[in-house]
Amino acid sequence: MEILVCVRRVPDTSENEIELNSAGNDIERNELVYSINEPDNYAVEEALQIVAKLGGSVTVVTVGGEDDEEVLRREMAMGANRGVLITDEVFNGSDGRGIATILKAFVQKGHYDLILTGVQAEDGGAQIGGMLAALLDYPFASLVNSIEVLEGRKLKISREIEGGNKEWNEIDLPCVLSIQTGINEPRYVGMRGIRQVASVPIPTFSAAKLEIAASTVGEAATKVKRLDYFVPALGKGAEILRGSREENVNKVLELVAAKGGLK
Amino acid sequence: MFSYIVAQRLVPLIRGERDFRFDHPWVRLERVLKYWLGQWKQPRYRAAGTLHIFIFAGFLVLAIRAFSVLIVGVSQDFVMPSLSGRAGHIYDIITDYAATVVFLCMVVAIVRRLVFKPARYAVPARYGKSHTPDAIFLLALIAILMLADSLFAAVKASALPSQGQPFEVLAAFSLPWMLRNVLVSTPLATLGSLYFSAYLVHELTFYFLLCYRPFGIQFHVETSLFNIYFAKLDREILKPVRWAVSDEHLDQVKSFGVKRFEDFTWKHMLDFYSCADCGRCSDNCPANAVGRPLSPRFITIKARDYSFQHYPVFGRVKNGTPLVGSVYSQDEIWSCTTCGACEEECPLLVEYIDKIVDLRRGMVDEGNVPQSLQKPLKALESRGNPYGKMEKKRADWANTKEFQQTCHVKTLVDHNGTKTLYFVDSITSYDDRMQAIGRSTAKILNHIGENFGILGAAERDSGHEVRRFGEEMLFVALRDHNVDAIKASGAQRIVTADPHAYNALKHDYKDVPPVEHISQVIAREVEAGKIKFNPIENEMDVYTYHDPCYLGRHNQIYDDPRDVLDAIPGLKRVEMKRSRDRSFCCGGGGLMLFYEPKEDQRMGVKRVQMAADAGANVIVTACPFCMVNIEDAIKVAGMEGKMSAIDLTELVDRQIASKYVDKVKEPAAEIKECVTASSNSLK
Repeated sequence: MEILVCVRRVPDTSENEIELNSAGNDIERNELVYSINEPDNYAVEEALQIVAKLGGSVTVVTVGGEDDEEVLRREMAMGANRGVLITDEVFNGSDGRGIATILKAFVQKGHYDLILTGVQAEDGGAQIGGMLAALLDYPFASLVNSIEVLEGRKLKISREIEGGNKEWNEIDLPCVLSIQTGINEPRYVGMRGIRQVASVPIPTFSAAKLEIAASTVGEAATKVKRLDYFVPALGKGAEILRGSREENVNKVLELVAAKGGLK
Repeated sequence: MFSYIVAQRLVPLIRGERDFRFDHPWVRLERVLKYWLGQWKQPRYRAAGTLHIFIFAGFLVLAIRAFSVLIVGVSQDFVMPSLSGRAGHIYDIITDYAATVVFLCMVVAIVRRLVFKPARYAVPARYGKSHTPDAIFLLALIAILMLADSLFAAVKASALPSQGQPFEVLAAFSLPWMLRNVLVSTPLATLGSLYFSAYLVHELTFYFLLCYRPFGIQFHVETSLFNIYFAKLDREILKPVRWAVSDEHLDQVKSFGVKRFEDFTWKHMLDFYSCADCGRCSDNCPANAVGRPLSPRFITIKARDYSFQHYPVFGRVKNGTPLVGSVYSQDEIWSCTTCGACEEECPLLVEYIDKIVDLRRGMVDEGNVPQSLQKPLKALESRGNPYGKMEKKRADWANTKEFQQTCHVKTLVDHNGTKTLYFVDSITSYDDRMQAIGRSTAKILNHIGENFGILGAAERDSGHEVRRFGEEMLFVALRDHNVDAIKASGAQRIVTADPHAYNALKHDYKDVPPVEHISQVIAREVEAGKIKFNPIENEMDVYTYHDPCYLGRHNQIYDDPRDVLDAIPGLKRVEMKRSRDRSFCCGGGGLMLFYEPKEDQRMGVKRVQMAADAGANVIVTACPFCMVNIEDAIKVAGMEGKMSAIDLTELVDRQIASKYVDKVKEPAAEIKECVTASSNSLK
């Protein structure tokens, strides 16, 4: 099976102290460290596991600049067969639809049976998967937390429903799926793995190569614009239980039960 | 036959990885004398150890006789050179006793196994069947051998006078002596057949044992000498990924660590053969004690079983599956805190930490790392600390207002003449509670007039656990960064209050200035009279010192912290049952704090209980990780208010007689210097 995974490089929320910049229109990006968007990592792991079982190859693609190569290499160190960087100045400032348009052009240049995205980017809005599917006229399923490959170019997929229930669906290939974290346990990528793929060439695709009209992407084509960026005021603090251990345990049980957590 | 079996047993060793164990022959011989001939570790278990020493001594004596008996079968008049005449007689008497002693030991050992059943011999169900039948079978065989041997001597002695030859003196009250007294009136013909059957039984048993030994724990009789000769000399230094491959060439190594059995080095395979299944390792293993799925004894036994199965004496070598996932479980390999209790105990000097680390290297290479460890490893890669905190905040612990009024800590940038570098390491830099240890350390250094500074934002995690968790390349990156920063600082010596950092700087790093743990510095200054203590305020408190693994067992610093405690007037100190080289690990440091083990109980809780059993209510330790684990354990055990923990530096800082603080030189000049230094660092 030929699988394409769309990935993205984001500021690592666990290793940064996110602060607003002085203009108040973005976060302070000077000392940020970046990493692969976590759900994307699960998507790549899932693709690798499918390919390990059925054969085929995994391609990871990202839209961005030179810096974004870093995440492609990390995923290649994980085992992805190919990393592709889609980069062009005209892409700068694209909104979700713009990115989906770019990815659609890339998908049409190849032959992929399955396209995966992470459920959402940590700094994004879970837009790409659905829009890409629509633009390609492929079936789409979101929040997928298990994939089983069936006979006759079909997948059996599940997703979690609010409250912990699961829903099973059958979907035709080719399709686009957005992958939920927890679908698997992504393998560790060590320094050694990254060093081993450090010199593997990463092909790049430009707007021209993908035959994308500059008018359909980039800042000029955006229909969604960010107005402001703000830190919400802190709400009421947590409730601290100050009883004996037994009292606290009982109180916690009571609270959890009251919220419907215990049946 | 025996040679053939041994040759077959050597096959995997030849296929194993390289291991460089041929240096320092004299040191190695000395160790053979100490640990093999001298049975150095045996008395650590009084009963079993004493028994073993007797058996070992008996075997040594009898080994010579075994050879002569063997040759007697060919030529009756043969005597060992130099064992003729008087010397021969004395030797005969000694062997008579030796056989008796070994025989008695076998009886005692069988009784121990059957009646007293020491807990450490038990085989948990998940590791298969009990080893007791096999042990008793072997013990019985040896007993039979001794009996046959003695009977042989007794018959010979009984027969000689009736053949008109001089009466042979037998050692009084020895087994042959007793047997001879029984046989004294036996007719010569019966004696003749007895003589023959004793010889036959002796030889059959001997050869059966000889050939049976390489199939089980008795193989250590043959391998122990070699195992001890080739044992690791510098235990504190971790095995390199591959012998004779330098760090620069590591990228060319195709596979890291141990994945298949053949990835073990030949010496590690020899370890598997040499294990005597005495169970002392697991008896001391803290992971085993709290019910983690790890028992060092079975790391060895399972590998040996694998080796016997896949390298059979008869038949073809079978290819095996990767070890982790079949022979070992992932949790088993991650459960080890590398505390070294098992290695400290092993009478045969079997190595465990290197094997565990090699297995982890293999798992890391395959991407098999628990999710709970992936985050901190990633953070170490991008931020140089497992918490993912900003580099620039690394020195924040020294910047609290209150602290700065009493003590100013310089950040060393480039050569600015500061002699001493205080290497803080991640936990003390970032953990709110442990920062207090950093401040106490700085205050002590300040008090003794030390011109010192820290690396601040330029410091990275020492990588001590990164390496021990098998992420060698990340360790190399952290180490190289730190070595450059240390060199740039121009410091001539390093002090740290973190035993893990101490161990890394001392043994894992190269080309850095000499490093000391703060307890060594304090002990020296106390000795020199530079540090004086106020008497303990609460005289009811009873203190006990918990030896951190990487200060004690791995670096033999046992006395300095105790000396410091004993120098504090009015401090009552008791020892826990498990102290010094038998100290019980608190739960492990570094990345172990992030790992979520499967266990019945926390190691720390057990440790806190031990302190309570010793009658103490204050646990003093000298390691920030011990502090995390012990303080947590006090809460988990519900002993808050009854038990407390304090770091040695905190205690010293608290007890230092204040009048001496005034003596420290005027701080104003230093503060100025310091301010310029830190402003440099910001540029």
